[in-house]
Amino acid sequence: MAPSQKTAKVCRNPDLICGVGKFSRSKMYHKRGLWAIKAKNGGVFPRHDKKPAEPAAAEKPPKFYPADDVKKPLLNKRKPKPTKLRASITPGTVLIILAGRFKGKRVVFLKQLTSGLLLVTGPFKINGVPLRRVNQAYVISTSTKVDISGVNVEKIDDRYFAKQAEKKKKKGEGEFFEADKEEKNVLPQEKKDEQKTVDAALIKSIEAVPDLKIYLAARFSLKAGMKPHELVF
Amino acid sequence: PFKRYVEIGRVALVNYGKDYGQLVVIVDVIDQNRALVDAPDMVRCQMNFKRLSLTDITINIKRVPKKKTLIAAMEAADVKNKWENSSWGRKLIVQKRRASLNDFDRFKLMLAKIKRGGLIRQELAKLKKQNSF
Repeated sequence: MAPSQKTAKVCRNPDLICGVGKFSRSKMYHKRGLWAIKAKNGGVFPRHDKKPAEPAAAEKPPKFYPADDVKKPLLNKRKPKPTKLRASITPGTVLIILAGRFKGKRVVFLKQLTSGLLLVTGPFKINGVPLRRVNQAYVISTSTKVDISGVNVEKIDDRYFAKQAEKKKKKGEGEFFEADKEEKNVLPQEKKDEQKTVDAALIKSIEAVPDLKIYLAARFSLKAGMKPHELVF
Repeated sequence: PFKRYVEIGRVALVNYGKDYGQLVVIVDVIDQNRALVDAPDMVRCQMNFKRLSLTDITINIKRVPKKKTLIAAMEAADVKNKWENSSWGRKLIVQKRRASLNDFDRFKLMLAKIKRGGLIRQELAKLKKQNSF
């Protein structure tokens, strides 16, 4: 819809008290200009007759009547909203991962993927965390930010992390188990290269800040006397 | 036996309640337990003495001065600088700074402490070596 100028809604007949208007019926008739509309139409209020309705196309009787009355499920028009990102998490924020293989690791946030998960990288050379997806709920965001302007993560999406479709193997009895073991453990070279390109620019901006590299390499842990609800992250 | 008295012009620190940590001036005494208290950035109100910790600083005012006179008297007595240079005031500032440290700041602090400890131990080792002769 084209944006139209919104005129302030003027009330022609303001309430004196609830239920009692300021102007009488005859005054309101004059104010609304109904006399002018009538005059324009030759003394009669204009009538708009209904357009003759087109005859509805003849419906064919259905071929098949189901035996039982089956209820149709209610229509669901719900569109799930993208996960709301916490205000404290912006591209370049250092996050602390709280669960999983990399718990305690301090990691750089790159972007939020369409699935709602956060794309994160160690960088790999610094703390061993590769390009990885992490759920917002398992993360503490610190107020430390890294300059992420040189990093291009446009190409990486949820599909990057999808499981590779397994090729159908022909049934060979003797070779069955050996063939399986060989294929599963290798990371494709393109993923390694992708990691390197993303990290190259990142590591440069990390080394620009003193101590940040050692900081990211170290794990976070609660020590004696640290009260999480009083800590400022 | 007592050095800090409740008097008009005594500067006190609020130690309980909404204005915790603020410096206020006792501007009048209401009864045995309460004082009328005022500060440049708050509305004058009554407080129980139990909520106040008296400081060494006093300012020269008459009973219940106007806000402008109060502020002028505080400037004249230089309350802010006296407080910030006193050992009590400095401790509070350090506490606040420590509480507001970032995770990265805490990490850098740890590195600095380790470094300092290392240097101290080096010097100590040198001294020990000298004295063992």
